[in-house]
Amino acid sequence: MSGLVDRHISFLEALRAAGLSVSLAEDLDAIAALSALDWDDRRVVHDGYAATLVKKQSQRPTFDALFDVYFPRMVGDGVAVRAGSDDDDGGEGGVRDNAEQLAGFRDELFDALSDGDQQALLQLAAEMVARFGAMPGRGPGLSSWSAYTALQRVSPSELVDRVVQALLADGRLDGEARREAGRRIGSFTKMVEDDARRRIAEEKGPEHVANVAIRPSIDRIDFTAARKSDLEDMRREIYPLARRLATRLTQEHHARRRGPLDFRRTVRASISTGGVPLVTHHKPKRPHRTELVVLCDVSGSVANFAQFTLLLVYALRDQFEKVRAFTFIDHVHEVTEHFTPGADVADVMTNLAAATSHAALWGRTNYGRALAKFEEQHADALGPKSSLLVLGDARSNYSDLNLDVLERLAGAARHSWWLNPEHRRHWDTGDSAASRYGEVVPMVECRNLTQLGEFVHDIL
Amino acid sequence: MPQPSTWFSSPDDAAARLAESGYLADPTTATTAYLAGALEKPLLVEGPAGVGKTELAKAVARTTGADLVRLQCYEGLDEARALYEWNYKKQLLRIQASHGDDQTWSETHDDIFTDEFLLTRPLLTAIRREEPTVLLIDEVDKTDVEVEGLLLEVLSDFQVTIPEMGTVSAVRRPFVVLTSNATRELSEAVKRRCLYLHLDYPDAEREREIVVSQVPDLDERVAGQLVATISRLRELDLKKAPSIAESVDWARTLVALEIGELDDKAVSDTLGVVLKHVSDQARAVKELRLRS
Repeated sequence: MSGLVDRHISFLEALRAAGLSVSLAEDLDAIAALSALDWDDRRVVHDGYAATLVKKQSQRPTFDALFDVYFPRMVGDGVAVRAGSDDDDGGEGGVRDNAEQLAGFRDELFDALSDGDQQALLQLAAEMVARFGAMPGRGPGLSSWSAYTALQRVSPSELVDRVVQALLADGRLDGEARREAGRRIGSFTKMVEDDARRRIAEEKGPEHVANVAIRPSIDRIDFTAARKSDLEDMRREIYPLARRLATRLTQEHHARRRGPLDFRRTVRASISTGGVPLVTHHKPKRPHRTELVVLCDVSGSVANFAQFTLLLVYALRDQFEKVRAFTFIDHVHEVTEHFTPGADVADVMTNLAAATSHAALWGRTNYGRALAKFEEQHADALGPKSSLLVLGDARSNYSDLNLDVLERLAGAARHSWWLNPEHRRHWDTGDSAASRYGEVVPMVECRNLTQLGEFVHDIL
Repeated sequence: MPQPSTWFSSPDDAAARLAESGYLADPTTATTAYLAGALEKPLLVEGPAGVGKTELAKAVARTTGADLVRLQCYEGLDEARALYEWNYKKQLLRIQASHGDDQTWSETHDDIFTDEFLLTRPLLTAIRREEPTVLLIDEVDKTDVEVEGLLLEVLSDFQVTIPEMGTVSAVRRPFVVLTSNATRELSEAVKRRCLYLHLDYPDAEREREIVVSQVPDLDERVAGQLVATISRLRELDLKKAPSIAESVDWARTLVALEIGELDDKAVSDTLGVVLKHVSDQARAVKELRLRS
């Protein structure tokens, strides 16, 4: 019994450490829920915990990963795998990892992938880590299972083309089949990583894994450190984020809408209460909308960040009077025309990527030159009603910064901000001129979707 | 220890009984619904529009024979429309009627703040009912933050405090379901008091069952094609992915138009039922090669 309570407590500790706010009341609820449920099914326990502890969908992946570590699906190789692999291994002590075995395994994997059979994939993931991910002979204390080794060895990503072919034969269309195949292999990769984590947790205790191996939730992942699959997820988050921001803004604006007293309406309304003005009426405030000029660095290091910010700004288009967007590397290029109302997100992204080449002359980031070009060609974009937003890491390859140009630009605009996707501790390291630009234009750290959302909300 | 509950006796029981009333719940939904009944805690259901959040509350009411009390939230909802209100006009009449009598002020005062002059609104109604009740608080995220504060007392203690009358406690705890489209993050205080369930689009098999059970006239084969098309549409980058409600609408459309085969032409002709943005339709036509 005490072991169970200990595990429960340490599971909760791990959740809190991972950023979920689990209160004592929810802790007790979870216990009550578990007492009301049968424990014969792992899924039921999982659902019970999820319903009482996780109140934000964005934290769900973190919860799932931690649950897998603290309440693993099986111990060691489990029962099912051992029974299944006995015959093709040729008895105990048979070679478990050679070229022939590898080819056989890949065929099996291919079948499961093209069928999309989740159960089989789960088993294959466990088997794969057991056979190809083991790292025997390392000293004690070192992890003896590696998802990386297993993935390198089997490299499921090489199966993409075969899976695509199988899906095409199944009647799927080209682009769709490729997406689907990519998704299946992505989810299989995740299964393998989960399984390796499970095995390590078994040997070293779950606390160790919880501390090092759990990724933050999607709205807290840094733009600059995001993987390809994360970027895809982030892009899907942009529209919901914009919608949430818009709702919040409308509500707040409504709350502040009361303008000066409307004398005529107040007196007219007072007639019905015998001339006593019980309720005052007010004139609505005139809404104020800003014109926004976005100037973004699209060089490799910060391209993702620029894209997300542009997408978010355009998703919130109706909150602004007008938006103009420029991209630069060492030359300035206007991209406003790509963001037509109702345009398709995927198309916009493709067009933006294609337009990047216009923003570069030599391809080395040069803030000074880009600012000068902007002043030369598009100075008319900035006026007393407009706000200037610069996006970039302020790493200018040690070239001339043209601080006076930025000063003039900031002076022409009503407000100006600089968003920097780097952590504050990296500012001014290497060729970063963050604080020198920051003296001219207020610089804000903006590393993830949460910070981006907060910033956009504050300027509106 | 598992105890018999007034609502459902086990997760399996919840799933079976919800299915009987026409709501096909997945295991997680059934488990959470059972927990909400067993722990007598409010259930917060979040998810995209049209995945059956409101329907869950209705199904619970149907299947347990309880009455549904519904509070539809909107911007500007206040205490007077959520909890209770004094019937001023009737109170005024009462005072005027007693004018000639020799009643003292304190008697009149006691008289006009009684049950007779109280207009109960959904929250108070649900609390005071003696029969089993399902209280549905729909689209909580639409309200202002202040209204959430109002809900707290109801959600945690199932009681409402009326200054003139005292505290009204629940005679019988209602089954409370709150729904939200997550357009706004609800406050921690509300979330802490609730169980949480995220409803998402169902897998193909379940969706087919749902469509067939809602539209029995639909041909099995067409249902399969329809669900396959819907799941392909959901994989595209759309502004608004088609919801379950929209698949059911689509099925009804196909039945009404007597389309017996969901080929490319039929899909592109009726695409407006499921996709409601021009850019989404254009994208679907392009990706699914409907008009090549």
